[in-house]
Amino acid sequence: MINFLKKQNFWFVFTPYFWLVLFFFIPLALIFKISISVSEWGMPPYRDMFSFTEDGLSIDATLSNYLFIFSDSFYLKSYLNSLNLALTSTLICLLIGYPIAFYVAKSKENIRNLLLILLIIPFWTSFLLRVYAWKVILQGSGIINTILIKFGFIDQPLSMLHNHYAVILGVVYTYLPFMILPLYGYLVKFDLNLIDASSDLGAKPFKTFFKVIIPLSLPGIMAGSMLVFIPVVGEFVIPELLGGSDKLYFGKIIWDEFFVNRDWPIASALAMSGIFILVIPIIIFQLLYAKYHFKNE
Amino acid sequence: MQNIILKMNKIFLKSFFLTIGFAFLYFPILTLIAYSFNDNKRVMVWKGFSFRWYGELFRNEQILEAFMISIKIASLSATFATLLGVMIGYSLVRIPKIPARPFFIFLSSSPLVMPEIILGLSLLLFFISSNHLIGFPSSKGQLTVLISHITFSVAFVAVIIQSRLSSYDKNIEEAAQDLGTLPNKIFWKITAPVILPSIISGWLLAFTLSLDDLVVASFTTGPGANTLPIVVFSKVRLGLSPEVNALSSIIMLFVVIAAAIYYFVNRSNVQK
Repeated sequence: MINFLKKQNFWFVFTPYFWLVLFFFIPLALIFKISISVSEWGMPPYRDMFSFTEDGLSIDATLSNYLFIFSDSFYLKSYLNSLNLALTSTLICLLIGYPIAFYVAKSKENIRNLLLILLIIPFWTSFLLRVYAWKVILQGSGIINTILIKFGFIDQPLSMLHNHYAVILGVVYTYLPFMILPLYGYLVKFDLNLIDASSDLGAKPFKTFFKVIIPLSLPGIMAGSMLVFIPVVGEFVIPELLGGSDKLYFGKIIWDEFFVNRDWPIASALAMSGIFILVIPIIIFQLLYAKYHFKNE
Repeated sequence: MQNIILKMNKIFLKSFFLTIGFAFLYFPILTLIAYSFNDNKRVMVWKGFSFRWYGELFRNEQILEAFMISIKIASLSATFATLLGVMIGYSLVRIPKIPARPFFIFLSSSPLVMPEIILGLSLLLFFISSNHLIGFPSSKGQLTVLISHITFSVAFVAVIIQSRLSSYDKNIEEAAQDLGTLPNKIFWKITAPVILPSIISGWLLAFTLSLDDLVVASFTTGPGANTLPIVVFSKVRLGLSPEVNALSSIIMLFVVIAAAIYYFVNRSNVQK
């Protein structure tokens, strides 16, 4: 019996362990290796790091790819553009999403379930098609321009597509459910009597909101913000469909370095720097936050 | 009196936010649906009501084939990802001795915070290198897309299973054990039924993730493995496509039907 349990446990740990090491960890290690390799013309387009020469084993590693991307303001700017985009849209999602999540969570149960379904429907619809919908709307001959011209507000169609604001709009729209759903999850468990208690004790609604409601929904705010912020930094599709040439973003330049310039070492160095600058701080932050939250509970 | 004004104010605020919020969520989708009935090759110029683009859509072999490939990859990926995800969730909650446990946790949770463009790039370079070294995978195609989709979906399933397992009372399992039930039976008769709803939602999430993925699939795809998002993206990258409008309406219809079924099943359950 114990033997069976041991055997079962062994396979339960070993199978996913093996899969993730093979298809997640090794590929990451590989792009790290390529990111410190020397570019070369050929296939694959980089020099093998280890080579045997007459003098024995020679190791050809270089930091030049990293130096290159950090010395060129082109790459630096695209990082900043992506961070800016992620930060702005996370904040807007929070500002729009919070009241919606709050009021849905506070509705009566039968209405609440219906509203919840209505929130989830856009979330299930294809991501790509939701971005595309904005392309249709913001077109020069799109619905907004048509209405504005018809009512005489403007003579010429406004160009609303292919700029940074269209990208922000697209991001806010597609990622809004990711903000609302975790917020709702926390707010629905929230005891409404606490609001009454706070106002009975003489707190103004404003104070109740900032001193009672916000602190208690902080885990939801954090979870929602993470779900929006992280993927938006690497976002490729939305800038590609709605953005213009005025701003380049991190996801787009990795794509172009790989598919257009075919410079594997630079693309890998960009990806690795993304991991070092972004992913690792986020993982550390989440660990610290989990610890802090656990302590306070 | 003041109370009534305050209450009116509250109701007004509530309906204001909810109306604006839902209008924002639904306006783009409804616009797409409306334009899908436009009988004009130029998407934005209204010519008249017709089902023309639905007909074109069902005659478009490229889209139909891509749809079948996407469904196939998504269902396989969801099934394997659920299997692996259940194993991870179970291991993390129930198995105390995991070799290099922090590394295991890192592996099973960091795909959640990894931008898909980095994931796609690393997997593609991995497939190319392993093809050079051992000849596997022999070419990029449906298999490489499937492997990639399983890899990034596992973490999502694992989180769902893990939270379900850690929130339910372990004593039930221990009671069964004290009563002499075999571990095998405990797993299938107690643990599995308890986590079944989470398994189903994990599978559905993994299915949606795979069906919706463009970036990772674009990196790892090859001949004969153009998934629906890849085909749609190539159609709308430079312009608009009336067939894609029709496709959006059909997807929307399915989603609404699924949501309605879910809502009514859920409601009758609650009433019981």
